[in-house]
Amino acid sequence: MAESESESGAGVFDESRFLRIVELMKEHDLAEVDLRDAEQRICIKRGGMAPSMGGQMAGFMPPAYMQPPPAAPPAAAPTAAPSAPADADDSNVVLIKSPMVGTFYTKPNPKAASYVKVGDHVEPETTICIIEAMKVFNEIPAEISGKVVAILVGDEEPVEFGKPLFKIDTTG
Amino acid sequence: MFNRILIANRGEIALRIIRACRQMGIETVAVFSEGDRGNAYLDLADEAICIGPAKSAQSYLKIDQIISAAEVGNVEAIHPGYGFLAENSHFNEVCRSCKIDFIGPTPEAMDLLGDKNRARDIARKAKVPVVPGSDGLLSDEDEALKVAHDIGFPVLVKATAGGGGKGMRVAANDLVLKTAIQQAQSEAKAAFGNDGVYLEKYVERPRHVEVQVLADLHGNVVHLWERECSTQRRHQKLIEESPAPNLPQETREAMCKAAVRLIKSVDYTNAGTVEFIVDQENNFYFIEVNARIQVEHPVSEMVTGIDLIRAQISIAAGEPLPFTQSDIVQRGAAIECRINAEDPDRNFQPCPGLIKNMFTPGGMGVRFESHVYPGYVVPPHYDSMIGKLIVHQPTRSEAIACMLRALDELRIEGIKTTVPFHKKVLQHSEFVEGWVDTTFVERVILTK
Repeated sequence: MAESESESGAGVFDESRFLRIVELMKEHDLAEVDLRDAEQRICIKRGGMAPSMGGQMAGFMPPAYMQPPPAAPPAAAPTAAPSAPADADDSNVVLIKSPMVGTFYTKPNPKAASYVKVGDHVEPETTICIIEAMKVFNEIPAEISGKVVAILVGDEEPVEFGKPLFKIDTTG
Repeated sequence: MFNRILIANRGEIALRIIRACRQMGIETVAVFSEGDRGNAYLDLADEAICIGPAKSAQSYLKIDQIISAAEVGNVEAIHPGYGFLAENSHFNEVCRSCKIDFIGPTPEAMDLLGDKNRARDIARKAKVPVVPGSDGLLSDEDEALKVAHDIGFPVLVKATAGGGGKGMRVAANDLVLKTAIQQAQSEAKAAFGNDGVYLEKYVERPRHVEVQVLADLHGNVVHLWERECSTQRRHQKLIEESPAPNLPQETREAMCKAAVRLIKSVDYTNAGTVEFIVDQENNFYFIEVNARIQVEHPVSEMVTGIDLIRAQISIAAGEPLPFTQSDIVQRGAAIECRINAEDPDRNFQPCPGLIKNMFTPGGMGVRFESHVYPGYVVPPHYDSMIGKLIVHQPTRSEAIACMLRALDELRIEGIKTTVPFHKKVLQHSEFVEGWVDTTFVERVILTK
């Protein structure tokens, strides 16, 4: 939080204005507000995010200049979030692509649990899926270490060579 | 009739097969390597599946990936095109064992004729003339000498598992025969894993004339007459035509009848080509059978009016041939020029790269079979043929004039092509008068 430049009460750092913003955030369930006024800027984030958002709200919200926030942008932000995790860690997110043509299975058999789910950590030898080709069930290893950020193919979906299957965050 | 077919090939022939299927109301699944991703013709297929990286050995030659794509794509049959796995009897077998029809002959027929030495035996039994030669594979040098003296020098040492001109050596006398055999054997061993060789009389200035055949699953076999393919460089065909010029009618008929006899004797089905060489006295001798559809099939299609790819698919689906031999007539003359991305001025060095602009020829009797277009990048991983220009006119001289006109119209900017070479050949008196043989290109055109 930036220091106020004046005690005059004008600008984004005015205490009463700041408290009003916090109230508005609670009232409208906003997680983040980023205000700019010429050379001044304040960014307020609210804690206790829904885990499904990937632990991070889109920093794409346009500056809200003390107007009642329109219903659309905040609602839009969460749906934009699924792609958001890429923005901060882009260079560390790697795609695991299919090495063959076949049918993709997330689990070893219909009754078992999936090999991996989003959030799991994998090692190079971890089996992440099965690709069935010509009646042979091939267990596919991750071949890298990291955290599963996304599973891009559905169970029993056909895949071609090179099709992206998983997003792995190698820092995770 | 099939509902869905997978095309296990790429480029020009894949497009040809997709077109035939679309016209027949058959759905298509195309396969492609990373090197062919984004190719425009893939959009014409109902589904396109990536099967591997650019290198053929990891994509178009990967039987497991192709079969897998066939299963994922839910097809009933596979058309192998030409090259790649088209004459691979193991692939043929795997398809059938996975309950997928292979659009071509049976694996047994393919194997029988794939062994060239055995094919010669079959020809002899079917009373088809073969080039005088050894009775089977050579067991030792003494036998080779004896045979060579019996049939007369010069002789040609040939690999039984050979193809594409590999594993062949000419020997003019006793002294060089031993070396020729050894060289042919090592080349054959390296290229095909089989060093079996046999001897044939070397025919001077032979013409390469082949006969197109079609055989259905009901015992009907017909021929679609012959194609002259003597304009070759390093055993690669460059220009093909039908009918073969200056070939006596009785030779033509005898050759075509012999081809049918041979095909019938091994229960060969679907499309195939019986190759002969013709000597300067118009004697013809059987060389080998190509158990697949060939690059130059359009030439036969133009003069007979029969769609060969369509015929292949119909035959595989169990339909009887809708015509008899007497229905098949040669009308007019057709010529095909293979347009390769090669620089004829630099020893036909391949020229992959971006096609910046292109103008394709047209007009009556002009057919351009190609998968390339402006913006297409000719990849370095596959053979250099980027298209086939075919013309059909009432007479051979009109066909030559038409081809020259069409070659002039064909503009491909950004890469070098063999267009100027074709123009040179088509204006040469030996070609115009119809006296080409397989030594023509190297002897006449390239020595300048």
